[in-house]
Amino acid sequence: MSLANPNGISTKQKVATGIGVVGLFILVLALFNVTLPNKGVFLTAALGLISAGIVLYTNALYGGKTKGIKNDGIWFKSISSRGVLGWITGVVLTSFYIVLYFYPHLLGLGKDGAENTGLIGLFDPLSQLLSGRNASQWFVYGALYTVAILAFGYKFINKYKHNRYEQIRTGSVMFFQLAFAFLIPEFMYRMNSGLPYYDLKSIWPLNYYIFDEWSVKGFLSNGNIGLALIIFGILSTFVITPILTYKYGKRWYCSWVCGCGGLAETAGDSFRQLSSKKMSAWKLERWLIHTVLVFSVVMTTAVVYTYLGYDSNDFWLTKGLFIALVIGFLSLVFGVIMFFKRNELGKDAKFGAIGYFVVIAALLIMHFTGGTEEVFYIKGSSLRSAYGFYIGSMFSGVIGTGFYPILGSRSWCRFGCPMAAILGFQQRMFSKFRITTNGGQCISCGNCSTHCEMGIDVRSYAQKGENIVRSSCVGCGVCSAVCPRGVLKLENDSMEGRINPTEVLLGNDVDLMDLVNKK
Amino acid sequence: MEHIVIIGNGISGVTTARHIRKLSDKRITIISAETKYFFSRTALMYIYMGHMQFEHTQPYEPWFWEKNRIELKQAAVAKVETADKNLVLSTGETISYDKLVIATGSKPNKFGWPGQDLKGVQGMYSKQDLDQLEANAPNNEVCKRAVVVGGGLIGIEMAEMLSSRNIPVTFLVREKSFWNGVLPAQESEMLNKHIKEHHIDLRLGTNLKEILSDENGHARAVVIAETGEELACSVVGLTAGVSPNIDFLRDSGIEIGRGVKVNRHLETNISDIYAIGDCAEQHEGIDERRPIEAVWYTGRMMGETLAQTICGNKTAYKPGHWFNSAKFLDIEYQTYGWVWAQPKEHEARFYWEHSDEQKCIHINYNKTTREFIGINTFGIRMRHEVFDRWLTEKQSVDHVVKHLKEANFDPEFFTHYEKEILAAFQKQLQTV
Repeated sequence: MSLANPNGISTKQKVATGIGVVGLFILVLALFNVTLPNKGVFLTAALGLISAGIVLYTNALYGGKTKGIKNDGIWFKSISSRGVLGWITGVVLTSFYIVLYFYPHLLGLGKDGAENTGLIGLFDPLSQLLSGRNASQWFVYGALYTVAILAFGYKFINKYKHNRYEQIRTGSVMFFQLAFAFLIPEFMYRMNSGLPYYDLKSIWPLNYYIFDEWSVKGFLSNGNIGLALIIFGILSTFVITPILTYKYGKRWYCSWVCGCGGLAETAGDSFRQLSSKKMSAWKLERWLIHTVLVFSVVMTTAVVYTYLGYDSNDFWLTKGLFIALVIGFLSLVFGVIMFFKRNELGKDAKFGAIGYFVVIAALLIMHFTGGTEEVFYIKGSSLRSAYGFYIGSMFSGVIGTGFYPILGSRSWCRFGCPMAAILGFQQRMFSKFRITTNGGQCISCGNCSTHCEMGIDVRSYAQKGENIVRSSCVGCGVCSAVCPRGVLKLENDSMEGRINPTEVLLGNDVDLMDLVNKK
Repeated sequence: MEHIVIIGNGISGVTTARHIRKLSDKRITIISAETKYFFSRTALMYIYMGHMQFEHTQPYEPWFWEKNRIELKQAAVAKVETADKNLVLSTGETISYDKLVIATGSKPNKFGWPGQDLKGVQGMYSKQDLDQLEANAPNNEVCKRAVVVGGGLIGIEMAEMLSSRNIPVTFLVREKSFWNGVLPAQESEMLNKHIKEHHIDLRLGTNLKEILSDENGHARAVVIAETGEELACSVVGLTAGVSPNIDFLRDSGIEIGRGVKVNRHLETNISDIYAIGDCAEQHEGIDERRPIEAVWYTGRMMGETLAQTICGNKTAYKPGHWFNSAKFLDIEYQTYGWVWAQPKEHEARFYWEHSDEQKCIHINYNKTTREFIGINTFGIRMRHEVFDRWLTEKQSVDHVVKHLKEANFDPEFFTHYEKEILAAFQKQLQTV
């Protein structure tokens, strides 16, 4: 048994941290353009040392301990309780994202075909090995991202030695990151260098550029493979996603497949308890995420609209037909929901209706005022760049990940991701998934709410004996894991009786339960 | 407007207040000396262990109370004047009530051990106890060893708390095996092993003789009764059970025994005064239950029930099938129905334990009718609803074991043991 003070860290952990920092230091040297003789060796050393540091730290932290919940001292550690280390990490990450998105030449990106230098140059050998071209800032980011998910995934799996749901789920995000986000696109480039970068698991509207003109043209100019890929992209959004979400809830994506989710669940795990559980945060969440969703639908429609033609002889999908299809589809979704779920939605039905009519009106105005270049009297491409800047870069990257140590690990998923909004809406309305509350066993301790990365006040349902059916739940399963009384279980069951508010809980007088819960 | 005053803001008092608000427009005041806002007592340990902060243990945000017009008063009640329907606070202030609910919970037992009031000697029940422990045992440099006296649920929690900060703990348990007044021998033995596995120095069959003081009136060691051994320590946790926290009622005219005596309607001997939760004592235990039930769930159920009575729908406290749960370090425990430490005359048992994981189930049933009476489950989560239904339907033990999978509540992908359990059950049938 290590006799270290839990407020600090043990000697083994310090050594492990040191090893990881040496790895990071190599990256910093590269960043400052120190000439490293053999890039391949130094890159391997850097990534190897970082990974080794995390693995050794994990072994020192959890090795030799009994299986169980390992949250001792997280609120005493500076890094995981918004202490000085937390703030420093937040500032460093945020700066990194700003440089990555807006000033990649500072990382050493060669301008106009010039040789890469600095950090990006260091990654050239790996990029050459995989795709036969030099690295870009996105390749560097992807490689570091993948290392983070793999190494911290190892940590998470060791933290949850007693919980196979957590282990298998983490294995899944590690696999999808390594194979789908990182390796396969590089190999695809090597095989067919005209294809745009395509991470098969990144689905519209999370993947907001898939229907951009350059992207669609890239696919269509690459024969059957390209065509198959873009059809897969459309099916992912409109067919595959709804089926899987109906059967398993949005967790199949958000905490099993998605890269943003993958990073949050692994590297972000130490920060999950920092999400706000206040009612006010929930209100903000609902406004923000749905606004982003509306923005992304209008933006995508506008972008596609601008490059479509007027004449059906040129291409069957004309501007007019496209707008009609979009309006028809939205009306169908709206109609189905209002018909089946109006009562369940209650007050929210009104907001839904307003949202629907705003979008339809926007699309109609766009159609009747827009031209080839302009929609709403501004360029379609400006709308697209605004979305890319504010949502794609600032929200998902800079705030979403940079602010991990301040806002918790899932602030992008919770407040901004339009994909999560769609999946969540479906999860709330048409899905077999729920977190079942175990009768009257809840003791209101609050472990579930504290460790919910999505800021759901899980306890407020559990203590009422009510199942948790929330659009934001990503099904990470940690509430169930940390519950000391075995109250919560993630499961897929029938739709009927899924939402079951109760006043008097199981275990009391049956007549009283009948009387009070009847209404 | 009728004024309902509730003394105590624990689960019993707060449940009563919430339900009265749902049913009526009465004025509601909750008085507590401990904290301003309701918090979950069972979660205090997690604050010391660093899993949560104090605010996380509060099930309702501060605006909740105002929104629901539940007035909160942080004060200690010194006296109840039943004739005038008045409360006198320790500050001298008075508050009048139309109906009074006493929900003051428990306080830790002290058995007159020499040295029990020294500095560094404390219970682990209230928010103040938690603050005290934070001061007494912030780390293993200030507190080089702690001794916990009393082998119940709070005792093992306190041992877990201290060892989470790597403070060496000696755990003195009077019984020959941990909590064996409640648990059958097998479960109790499994926990003995588990406690030791956590490097807690478990001393079974060991009593405290006295606590020794240093020159500053601070505990410096405990003396063990059986051996006279002196164990150096700076913190002593007294966790030998709890009893009703009702000293302020001694001269009020309200009938008290160990707790506040109540009838099945939770009424005391004085009209318009009720008592619920840990501090209430039934004249006779209901069914197989004890007269005083110091359990979260029963406190909540009494609150749900009493709110009905106060709002005009007179309702007796008629709890359903017994259930309870706890967590011993890493091992979760649930129980449904009754499994006594020792089987009664008409009862038989079926016990299954995993060969190397710390998991077991223990089923109690009627020897002749084979009716299922209760189950203890360790390390396997079970569905409350299913067991509650089986108990109501008076299912046989055979049905329960055969359909055990229906009751499984473990997370997805966990290994299932129902087949193994059924095989063991059938084997036991053949050998009997």
